[in-house]
Amino acid sequence: MELTLWTYEGPPHVGAMRIASSMKDIHYVLHAPQGDTYADLLFTMIERRGQRPPVTYTTFQARDLGGDTAELVKKNIKEAVERFKPKTLLVGESCTAELIQDQPGALAKGMGFDMPIVNLELPAYSKKENWGASETFYQLTRTLLKEKVNYSEKISPLRWKEFGRRPKVNILGPSLLGFRCRDDVIEIQRILSEQGIDTNVVAPLGASPEDIERLIDAEINICLYPEIAEASCEWLKRNFEMEYTNTIPIGIKNTIEFINEVHKKLDLPLTNKKELENKSKLPWYSKSVDSNYLTGKRVFIFGDGTHAIAAAKIAKEELGFEVVGLGTYSREMARKVRATAKDLNVEALITNNYLEVEDAMKKAAPELVLGTQMERHSAKRLGIPCSVISTPMHVQDVPARYSPQMGWEGANVIFDDWVHPLMMGLEEHLIDMFKHDFEFVDGHQSHLGHTATKTKDILNTDAKKEKNSKEGIIWTESGRAELTKVPFFVRGKVKTNTEKYAILRGIPEISDETLYDAKAYFS
Amino acid sequence: MSKVEFNKETGPREVFCGLTSIVWLHRRMPDAFFLVVGSRTCAHLIQSAAGVMIFAEPRFGTAILEEKDLAGLADAHEELDRVVNNLIARRPEIKTLFLVGSCPSEVIKLDLATVAEKLNKRFLGQVKFVNYSGSGIETTFTQGEDGALKALIPLMDSSDEEKLLLVGTLANNVEDRFKKIFRNLGISNIESFPPRQSTELPKIGKNTKVLLTQPYLSDTVRDLKHRGCEIISAPFPLGIQGSTEWFLAAAKAFKISEFKVHEIISPLINRAKLALESHKEILKGKRLFLLPESQLEISLARFLHNECEMDLIEVGTPYLNKDLMKEEINLLPDNTKIVEGQHVEKQLDRVRESNPDLVVCGMGLANPLEAEGISTKWSIEMVFSPIHGIDQAADLAGLFSKPLKRNQILTSKTLVTH
Repeated sequence: MELTLWTYEGPPHVGAMRIASSMKDIHYVLHAPQGDTYADLLFTMIERRGQRPPVTYTTFQARDLGGDTAELVKKNIKEAVERFKPKTLLVGESCTAELIQDQPGALAKGMGFDMPIVNLELPAYSKKENWGASETFYQLTRTLLKEKVNYSEKISPLRWKEFGRRPKVNILGPSLLGFRCRDDVIEIQRILSEQGIDTNVVAPLGASPEDIERLIDAEINICLYPEIAEASCEWLKRNFEMEYTNTIPIGIKNTIEFINEVHKKLDLPLTNKKELENKSKLPWYSKSVDSNYLTGKRVFIFGDGTHAIAAAKIAKEELGFEVVGLGTYSREMARKVRATAKDLNVEALITNNYLEVEDAMKKAAPELVLGTQMERHSAKRLGIPCSVISTPMHVQDVPARYSPQMGWEGANVIFDDWVHPLMMGLEEHLIDMFKHDFEFVDGHQSHLGHTATKTKDILNTDAKKEKNSKEGIIWTESGRAELTKVPFFVRGKVKTNTEKYAILRGIPEISDETLYDAKAYFS
Repeated sequence: MSKVEFNKETGPREVFCGLTSIVWLHRRMPDAFFLVVGSRTCAHLIQSAAGVMIFAEPRFGTAILEEKDLAGLADAHEELDRVVNNLIARRPEIKTLFLVGSCPSEVIKLDLATVAEKLNKRFLGQVKFVNYSGSGIETTFTQGEDGALKALIPLMDSSDEEKLLLVGTLANNVEDRFKKIFRNLGISNIESFPPRQSTELPKIGKNTKVLLTQPYLSDTVRDLKHRGCEIISAPFPLGIQGSTEWFLAAAKAFKISEFKVHEIISPLINRAKLALESHKEILKGKRLFLLPESQLEISLARFLHNECEMDLIEVGTPYLNKDLMKEEINLLPDNTKIVEGQHVEKQLDRVRESNPDLVVCGMGLANPLEAEGISTKWSIEMVFSPIHGIDQAADLAGLFSKPLKRNQILTSKTLVTH
């Protein structure tokens, strides 16, 4: 039993709903009590969908439990099939139905329908939403393509040459309630098309069961979101020898690497390598002198695996930040996130507990947080700027404007979204320069609002705290005066470092000179 | 009783479960914690309905059952014990802890009553433990409050003192207004249940006269009756008419003259009628379809027809307690079609066929109906807004006139949705 005040992921059947709602001509009969219908609002309110999710809830009640709940399941399946006429039926159960073991999938299969039926077994007491989405997409792909395994030829990534046409790829993984999937798909299709590559099928977003059956018309798969699509890509590789890509095209370097990987797999010559460097404004914006102030900014990253890993790479290599924390709530991605964290010399935080994330954030003392909506709230409490990079979805994460994370435009969006919450370079420089002028009001921070603490408050509370500190370190008048001269955004760090230095050297009183000694020591 | 048409319907539903009421109950009692014993679905439901992220640490949470908890009940009890101990250590300000049963905990027959009893002994004098079920296999949305209040009744001491007890969660400002009006009427001993502090439970007995503020408290009413309380039969205080009848019924129970009541509330009524005018202009003659969810539907239908002159197509209600709703049903126009229960697909067919001007429904259905060109009002807003009483009648009407007004401004009936 685990106490949960808030959870990053819903239960696995919500993952299944994401797949069903993303697609056309599919219906999902979910053996579940009435309250589980709350999940509809994730789609109709957060995604502002104008259609209900294609889900029928069997709505069993306590009084049904003594009787025949299996009959209730069959009745709902029959009605749903007659009313919605799906081309493929998904049948599954939510947490409570799992306990009463009616096996709705098996029941559906015995009802004599001629459409394909996918029996979803999603263990609600051990798995979560993304796993459920991945498993559903995998089971659906498998069900619709398994008969073709035996008499289909193995798929060579080079066969487009024989066929005398442009190479074709599938884009797999985008789904509803996925972070900016709608726009990523447009961006990636545009990039591929520019390179002379056609999109065969995008799935699950917008795909029909027929489209899933057509997956094997493509040469390779683009695994755009491994959380959702890796299991399916792996199955297609095992059974049809279809290759799939590993690079996630978020950030300039990854987008270029992604294009390279696709070309290599298809044996398609890459003729515009030079051009690629200039497709996005990010590299130049990052290099322009105004961005000097970005150097070494301490950034704390937490999110789903794919976006957290990509963010770490962009932060370090494309914006020149220092990554001081990296973590994910996706257990399935823990291995990959740990590997990335190791390269960055930080310890990966793998947790589903947002309070642990907040604690880690506090300890890391970052200047920018890249996280989920929950980290945005935690960062706000701590007075740290934040940009949202990952699910769970919030209505704000479905903007009206085109706003991808992937590809060239995605890199532009990322530059703006991450840099704007920080103070603009010139503004910060000016504040630093003029902060001792009498007209200048300390705490004048246009982007951080009320959250930044005023110097006087910090000093008052700090002064009190120091007198009571266990180590008995005292800040002298000159030490305190010098501390006020330190720009507020590094003041906390300078204070901690100076005290650390004082303890190390056994200095009982911190003067202005101690500050400079500590500065030299730690530089 | 007016000639109302009663229908029953069963089938797939589109409603919240009783856990949702934690969202307003925890705000009412800031010294209480609501611990759901359930699954990740329960946790996800509450956070989706409540916008939990705005809290640094909310006063509700879910002890999520894992596979090992399902294997043996003895272990599950021990695990729950551990979770509660940690929680109490972390949140020492908590005075009452509600152990809230869910669909899975009910199905595996986790005995929360016994757990609560044991914990009560251990934390005697520090924290009180009570349990109830908010499960979706037994309760719909607002019914969760019924369970929570019923669970508190055994903790209430007895007293034969004469008092008026207002039962059902009200917005604090509305509660203050009501108390002021009752004092002006000459009733001085007035208490509320649930109280604003979970530890300040009212004493009850044979001279307690119970006046319900909400129509979803069947079980609470039954147990209050068992404790000797007198239940005042009245419509619910929504709109001018409902509130007036409500005050009159209370006055009658305390042998206060009708004349006195009219003297006190007439200025309020006149003021409210004036405020209602602009909304009535929009709502008049418009056709209304209420889908079942909050259990307030019958009272709302009565208000919107009798005071705002809307036409009622269908009044859905999750369940119908004819005894409790007697006074309300009497005030409905003849031939009102009441449908108890739901078959959401068939009901939506009827919505489309009848082409209503406004549909009251849950959040899952609102945007899809809007996309078909049908204006909607989400029922969940009724439980979060101060809508009770004469002074709030215009605000209540405003909840329904706003979507129609908006529809007039944005003239295009159907839009391409993305």
